[in-house]
Amino acid sequence: MGFVLVQFLTGLASASSLFLVAAGLTVIFGVTRVVNFAHGSLYMLGAYLGWTILSRLPGGPAWFAGGVVLAGLGIAAVGVLIEVLLLQRIYKAPELLQLLATFGVVLVVQDLVLKLWGPNDLTLSRPPWMRSFVQIAGERMPFYDLLMIGIGPLVLLALWLLFTRTRWGTLVRAATQDREMVAALGVDQRLLFTTVFALGAGLAGIGGALALPDGSANGQMDLTAITDAFVVVVVGGLGSLPGAYLASLLIALLQAFGIVLLPKITLVLVFVVMAVVLVVRPNGLLGRKLTLARGEANTLALVRPAEPALRWLGVAALLLAVWAPWFVGPFALSVMTEMLVAMLFAASLHVMMGPGGMPSFGHAAWFGLGAYGAAFAVKGLALSMPAALVVAPFGAALAALVFGGFVVRLSGVYLAMLTLAFAQIVWAVMFQAVSVTGGDNGILGVWPAGWASNPRVFYWLTLAICVACVLVLRRALYAPFGYALRATRDSALRAEAIGLNAGSLRLVALVIAGAAAGLAGGLAAFSKGSVFPTYISIDRSVDALVMVLLGGVQSMAGPVVGALAYTGLFDMLLMVTDLWRLVLGLSIIALVLVFPQGIAGTTYRLWLRGREA
Amino acid sequence: MTILNVAGISKSFGGVRAVADVSFSVAAGEMLALIGPNGAGKSTCFNMLNGQTAPDSGRVTLQGRDITGLSPRRIWRLGVGRTFQITATFASMTVRENVQVALLAHHRRVWRFLRPAFAWFGAEADGLLAQVGMAEQASRAAGVLAYGDLKRLELAIALANAPALLLMDEPTAGMAPSERVALMRLARDLASQRGIAVLFTEHDMDVVFGVADRILVLNRGELIAEGDGPAIRSDARVRAVYLGSGATSGGH
Amino acid sequence: MLNVDDLHSYYGRAHILQGASFALPAGEVMVLLGRNGAGKSTTMKSLIGIVRPARGRIDFAGVDIAGWEPHRIARAGLGYVPEERRVFTDLTVLENLEVGRQPARDGRPAWTEERLFALFPNLGRMRTRAGGRMSGGEQQMLTIARTLMGNPRLLLLDEPSEGLAPVIVEEMAGAILALKQEGVTVLLAEQNLHFAARVADRAAVIEKGRIVWTGTMAALHADEAVRTAYLAV
Ligand SMILES: Nc1ncnc2c1ncn2[C@@H]1O[C@H](COP(=O)(O)OP(=O)(O)OP(=O)(O)O)[C@@H](O)[C@H]1O
Ligand SMILES: Nc1ncnc2c1ncn2[C@@H]1O[C@H](COP(=O)(O)OP(=O)(O)OP(=O)(O)O)[C@@H](O)[C@H]1O
Ligand SMILES: [Mg+2]
Ligand SMILES: [Mg+2]
Repeated sequence: MGFVLVQFLTGLASASSLFLVAAGLTVIFGVTRVVNFAHGSLYMLGAYLGWTILSRLPGGPAWFAGGVVLAGLGIAAVGVLIEVLLLQRIYKAPELLQLLATFGVVLVVQDLVLKLWGPNDLTLSRPPWMRSFVQIAGERMPFYDLLMIGIGPLVLLALWLLFTRTRWGTLVRAATQDREMVAALGVDQRLLFTTVFALGAGLAGIGGALALPDGSANGQMDLTAITDAFVVVVVGGLGSLPGAYLASLLIALLQAFGIVLLPKITLVLVFVVMAVVLVVRPNGLLGRKLTLARGEANTLALVRPAEPALRWLGVAALLLAVWAPWFVGPFALSVMTEMLVAMLFAASLHVMMGPGGMPSFGHAAWFGLGAYGAAFAVKGLALSMPAALVVAPFGAALAALVFGGFVVRLSGVYLAMLTLAFAQIVWAVMFQAVSVTGGDNGILGVWPAGWASNPRVFYWLTLAICVACVLVLRRALYAPFGYALRATRDSALRAEAIGLNAGSLRLVALVIAGAAAGLAGGLAAFSKGSVFPTYISIDRSVDALVMVLLGGVQSMAGPVVGALAYTGLFDMLLMVTDLWRLVLGLSIIALVLVFPQGIAGTTYRLWLRGREA
Repeated sequence: MTILNVAGISKSFGGVRAVADVSFSVAAGEMLALIGPNGAGKSTCFNMLNGQTAPDSGRVTLQGRDITGLSPRRIWRLGVGRTFQITATFASMTVRENVQVALLAHHRRVWRFLRPAFAWFGAEADGLLAQVGMAEQASRAAGVLAYGDLKRLELAIALANAPALLLMDEPTAGMAPSERVALMRLARDLASQRGIAVLFTEHDMDVVFGVADRILVLNRGELIAEGDGPAIRSDARVRAVYLGSGATSGGH
Repeated sequence: MLNVDDLHSYYGRAHILQGASFALPAGEVMVLLGRNGAGKSTTMKSLIGIVRPARGRIDFAGVDIAGWEPHRIARAGLGYVPEERRVFTDLTVLENLEVGRQPARDGRPAWTEERLFALFPNLGRMRTRAGGRMSGGEQQMLTIARTLMGNPRLLLLDEPSEGLAPVIVEEMAGAILALKQEGVTVLLAEQNLHFAARVADRAAVIEKGRIVWTGTMAALHADEAVRTAYLAV
């Protein structure tokens, strides 16, 4: 009994720390509609800064509290810096571009932390009051955890009062709905947004510093925190503070007990919970249907097929690609093969994200399923490579058909997070079904058939398949299907009223995207000769997202250019510097600022302008 | 011939009776106006007719067929076109493409993956656009149209399925006065030539009294009057809750 | 009060305002008339700064405000009521008013909630109702009241009568005349000529982004040629 109680209280304590991070995220999203990927980084910086401050202060509780608040203020200042220097310039850009920019910040912060605080985990030497215990039902409960339990509800109450009882809160809630109108009423909405961002960042910083006594400051905490925080925010309902607290409780308690009862699935428990919640409640526990905030760039640009001159450019690039194996070395050739696979992968995501209007955070699921499908086909079923390359897309498409039914009913960030949940579940299955998948060791020896074993031949094969698939996808998007799909994105109301079935259109788009991603995965398996669970990792999903956004979501040229630029940049940086994250992050940020419509989108606009002038 | 028959439909939103026991019918070729104060329940009525909202009770019959509670998709296929009070069009497409998509849906050609969409029903789309006076703007992006032009585009889309019943929710709001009458004359001609039944709401009394064959007045969800122009104009209750003195609405 | 000179505005590359010029004396009500897409709303948006004018002067009480941020312009005493109402649907009537609050200026008495409820009695009866649960007419009143909380010297009203029942339009006309009594200058964009005739002192006709005619309402009434050429009534 005592054990259950202590486990319960421990759950409550971790709910508080979850809530601190999630509250900041949900406040920022609610007001600015920025999906702040860098929120985990702010949390991590909070921990490091907290360590620097607290390890220099005397050990008393008051000093501790002061140090934590100071760390929070420091991180709030960092938040202001990010908001003013970066986000303020791109509020008017397409929605997901801010996400890309904050992803750049994630990379930059990772390297900065490494430079400033070194690679080792930093722990705080805990003074006696922190190490003390309280006897509860015969078990020992850390005093610090009891403190933490109180902090969550306290912060919730404070935030609630701030948002409902002050003029600032009223203005912020108004700006959430219509920032342009707020400005037209004489309110400096820029200042409003900066303060909101500072508040959110400060909460993350405090959360990070408060996590120190129970753990350490380390270089992995940004990604763990951001995933947890996103799950909490989405389960609770975007923008809802009480929802975030409720979700923190739910998830922390499930984790506290899950680790004891179902140790095998703790890795994905939160994602399973999130998937179930989203399937039952598409807007989270306490969330409401998101309406587009007014005053952002919600007028969608006209989509046009490329003009002849640009098509010739494409043909020229293709000829160059066909010719390339004769004058590049083996390493460059393998990089180029990788680029082609990335291109198809990104193009498949574009089908969902662009015309489908379904951003996905878990697109690697289909890629990974294709790769594992191909590997099974060759190793398990002893099929030939061509047969395996048929199995790959069909396997992925089948899975997309099954999952897709749940996914297409949602929208926006909810939809993206549900795809992430599925990807994580697939990942966990591949990771844990050791007897079939080899678990972490993967499946090795997935080599191409004899006739394609020459890297040049395999490169040409990949080129043919990838380019053909991208062209077919593009064609479908300009065919009636693509238009109907885009219609459901532009106005669901009107689409329904002219007899379009949004659900099935979106589902078919998802299945097509899944198949194409699966094929890319199959090709990747053969080009590397192996498959690992990392094929389904969050990193890979983020890669796809970055490629599409970097290129631009407007047309098929976007993901193609984005994939080539990103993989090219990535491989080049790996070679020339060990600060590649810093440089890559800064490059992404620079690209976002220079090409607010993505590289292809912005270039195309400039080109059009040049011709019309 | 009766196209639409509505029998005692009601709808409440959390205790508020938005529409209470409303019955009427519309004949082929007839222009029926539904007027009433803001919040009287006109749009809610429309939503129940095209399947956007399911009525709590009552029956809606289209050409003898019970369509109560069907989805908007099914109802559109049965021949009901509608324009929205707050316009809803596809902003990433041109004006012509907006109509083409509606035509693709109407002719069941959505599941085509190869032949480019612009090659489908272009002439038919241009024909519809010409009818509503949007031919010159056919290649403009729908997202940048002026409000009045959006309304016209909406009408072209609503006509794409060759409807038997046309529902127009404030079709001329925001349009210039001369264009209002022109647009409604167009609707009037379509109605009589093709035998389309037209049900519309309006707050512009020049339009209502100018083109409607018959007028229904809704107040707080209930029908309070029905009749032709002169009868409605002289109804004291309608004057009090809706028409007022007529000083700012052209003396109606 | 307001002196607009050679104002140019763009949406992207589309040149919408092509040198609009007009003047509005203090204390008067002027109506901007024109076809759909002529640029009435764009003029309003350029004045309040939501659309940043590319060229031209906007002289407001002796200061050139062209190119300022919207919040600065609003604080300088320009109030804007947009075409599509745009109340904050999640906020109550009182909270909506709070968002609009700005300090009084010119030593004139500030608008308070109570004075506004006297002007718009309907609103006074639903102080804590959420904006999203009000009828179209009530929302329109609320947007005007909300803007008045900023104590504007010049009020921009973009099609205030659109979508409103005739009785409400009559009330609206009464409210605008009452504002004029209070000394507020009003620039109005309208399609409803009956309404415009009731409230306005003078008119400006806009066509393809240029002001092509200005004069008193009486002159407009007499000038058949202008009305058929640009307003087609
Ligand atoms: N989804 C909803 N939830 C709650 N109340 C609603 C909803 N839709 C409409 N209402 C309410 O039902 C009533 C009728 O609204 P409706 O939109 O039908 O009015 P209307 O007659 O079209 O008015 P207007 O002329 O202003 O467009 C109003 O009181 C409105 O607030
Ligand atoms: N966001 C936009 N992007 C591009 N063009 C636009 C945009 N908004 C308006 N326009 C164009 O600018 C022109 C003027 O529009 P505006 O809204 O000022 O007209 P208006 O006179 O207010 O018309 P209405 O009577 O319909 O309200 C129109 O041709 C319209 O198509
Ligand atoms: Mg309505
Ligand atoms: Mg306008």
